[in-house]
Amino acid sequence: MKPADIPALPRGVRLHFDRVRETWVLLAPERALTLDAVGHAILSEVDGQRSFGEITQMLAEKYEAPPEQIAQDSAGFLSALRDRRFLDVTA
Amino acid sequence: MTQINPPIAMLAELTHRCPLSCPYCSNPLELTRQERELDTATWVDVFRQAGDLGVLQLHLSGGEPASRRDLTELVAGAREAGLYTNLITSGIGLTERRLRELDAAGLDHVQLSLQGTDPAMADEIGGYRGGFARKMQVAEWIGEIGFPLTLNAVLHRRNLHQLPRAIEMAEEMGARRIEVATVQFHGWALENRDALMPTREQAREATRLVAEARARLKGRLVIDYVPADYHEDLPKRCMGGWGSSGLNVIPDGQVLPCHAAQSIPHLSFDNVSERPLREIWYEGAAFNAYRGTDWMQEPCKSCERREIDFGGCRCQAMAILGDPDATDPVCVKSPHHGVLQASADAHATRDDAALVYRSMPQKTNA
Repeated sequence: MKPADIPALPRGVRLHFDRVRETWVLLAPERALTLDAVGHAILSEVDGQRSFGEITQMLAEKYEAPPEQIAQDSAGFLSALRDRRFLDVTA
Repeated sequence: MTQINPPIAMLAELTHRCPLSCPYCSNPLELTRQERELDTATWVDVFRQAGDLGVLQLHLSGGEPASRRDLTELVAGAREAGLYTNLITSGIGLTERRLRELDAAGLDHVQLSLQGTDPAMADEIGGYRGGFARKMQVAEWIGEIGFPLTLNAVLHRRNLHQLPRAIEMAEEMGARRIEVATVQFHGWALENRDALMPTREQAREATRLVAEARARLKGRLVIDYVPADYHEDLPKRCMGGWGSSGLNVIPDGQVLPCHAAQSIPHLSFDNVSERPLREIWYEGAAFNAYRGTDWMQEPCKSCERREIDFGGCRCQAMAILGDPDATDPVCVKSPHHGVLQASADAHATRDDAALVYRSMPQKTNA
């Protein structure tokens, strides 16, 4: 993931609050991924408009964490989602 | 005591009716007639109960779910219940107008089955002339509307050579996923082992092709693979473990731990018309019959993989050995493993075997 990349959830992939297990999940074709607080925080900022650089900057400010650390963690998470076709990325 | 978690996925077999008559249909040999199918309101209530119980993924299947005239209402009801809604279809019975109605109702995803990669193969296997052409038209509409698509290629001895083309077709259709599903021998497929059993060489070649395609198409097309299990040495983790994550409601409202569970004679099944879904999941006798590991015999009981594959498939142990508590004979530790492999090789030589198509029972005046 490069700072200028724009991630977006494609049609058929959405965040969902699982009221029975009291946790956020990512629903995708025939899959349901349980999200931890970090995963949920990252995906909540993905809107198909903001770039990866803008998202990590926002998260760094919000959680008062080093931007490099946030960028590194988010890139791994988002790349894994992209490989499974749960995330579209445009340059 | 086994800890019981809420189910994640529910398969709703809305109807056993289907214009196709595939010889590997997973429906039971005794198909449910239309007059015994649950009505719209009951299905929608079952979806609501499923959502309350913790189900996230709903698979609308059959038979052919498009044979239900109320399919759009059912999809709307499922979305209302908060469920991710997947339509498992051959495409036959879907018009462009109907697909647009399903889109408006909130359908999340379509899984389109593939019986073959050309009309000659697909129409012979499906037993329905013109089916392939109709399916290609439906795939085009699905793409135009923008539904996320999974192509489900069902493979066996007669069409395994078409696997490379099936993967190409998934790419051409813009599918995000393809399921490469070698026929599992339950239901009608069990009657067709001579006609459909892959050869050992075919099974090995499919595994190689899938690995190669996965590497080549990473990030573009996800490939889920169900291998030819008679030729494997380790059994499948059937249903992710009995009664652990999924349940199946059949057309008349009976609730099964898996689609083939009725082949196990000692099990009895609750019906959503008589008992709440929650009670059926947590307390139903059929669901508790093979939960966890307490029911196991040796060699499963002391096996280090007992919580990985849960002894494999109960219905397969029943079908092959007549004992649903036995180790799945696919397992190399089963004393029957060698016999199973030899029988698979023998089935795979019967090139003169005719296809036995699935068929509805004749109406009787019972």
